[in-house]
Amino acid sequence: MTQQDYLKDLSEIKHLMNKSSRFISLSGLSGIMAGVYALIGSAYAYWLVTTSVKGYLILDGKIFNIVLLDLFFIAFCTVVTAIFFTVRKAKKNGESVFDKTGLRAMANFLIPLVTGGIYILIILNQQKYGQTGALMLIFYGLALVNASKHTLGKIQYLGYIEIILGIICAILPGYGFWLWVLGFGVMHIIYGTFMHFKYDRKTL
Amino acid sequence: MSKNIIQHINKIFDHRIRLGIMSILMVNEYAEFNTLKELLGATDGNLASHIKALEKAEFIHIEKQFIGKKPNTRYSTSKLGKLEFKKHINALEKLIKQ
Repeated sequence: MTQQDYLKDLSEIKHLMNKSSRFISLSGLSGIMAGVYALIGSAYAYWLVTTSVKGYLILDGKIFNIVLLDLFFIAFCTVVTAIFFTVRKAKKNGESVFDKTGLRAMANFLIPLVTGGIYILIILNQQKYGQTGALMLIFYGLALVNASKHTLGKIQYLGYIEIILGIICAILPGYGFWLWVLGFGVMHIIYGTFMHFKYDRKTL
Repeated sequence: MSKNIIQHINKIFDHRIRLGIMSILMVNEYAEFNTLKELLGATDGNLASHIKALEKAEFIHIEKQFIGKKPNTRYSTSKLGKLEFKKHINALEKLIKQ
């Protein structure tokens, strides 16, 4: 072997290490917390709507705006918690959230999610409310499946479930609320618990 | 000096696929056969024979299990494998700097 060959070997090693390494610091606890926030938030929305004078949700009422605000608040709390726990766990693992694998996982997660978010805002502006729950589930599921190629922890299965729930939700918009609760609340808690016992406990 | 370096160049790693298997396993807790195949672009038989060579040298662990009814094989590096691989890389780097 010549010097050139050794150099080629080394660059091949580096390339394979980068390509194959996956981000392992996703936190199971943040999944559980996200599910709990979603359940509390949706319980609050349910309470608001059922105790209102009309007993059902009208689209341009005051309550609808509060429900929307509630939704954004859930999303905000979830993101903050996820960042907090994931950064903490990454530190413990001696990884950085902002290294190559972390950034790649994040980019792959955010591209479908942000696309979906913008799309939902656009159709909300056009007064098309019926499919919001379904779209949220579907785009979130796609984001998870997309990010799963760069993370450990089998989040693609959570993604598949969210996509299926989203499609059912699109067919049965009347059950939108309950499917949303199932997808964002219950599934997060189940998945987060599974992750916590499979991966987190070992490193604690 | 140069003789010393050559000693650390490990014959077992002297192949692209074997080097590839070790590189992937160094940065991952474990990898499955199909993952390795996909990343390295090797055929089944070719990959299997290189895995066997690394296993024989006790550089990797093989863990066979069933997921449902499907057999599933996971590979991971042994302590010895990690150590030898690091030595090999260091030797390569020194050779290039010479």
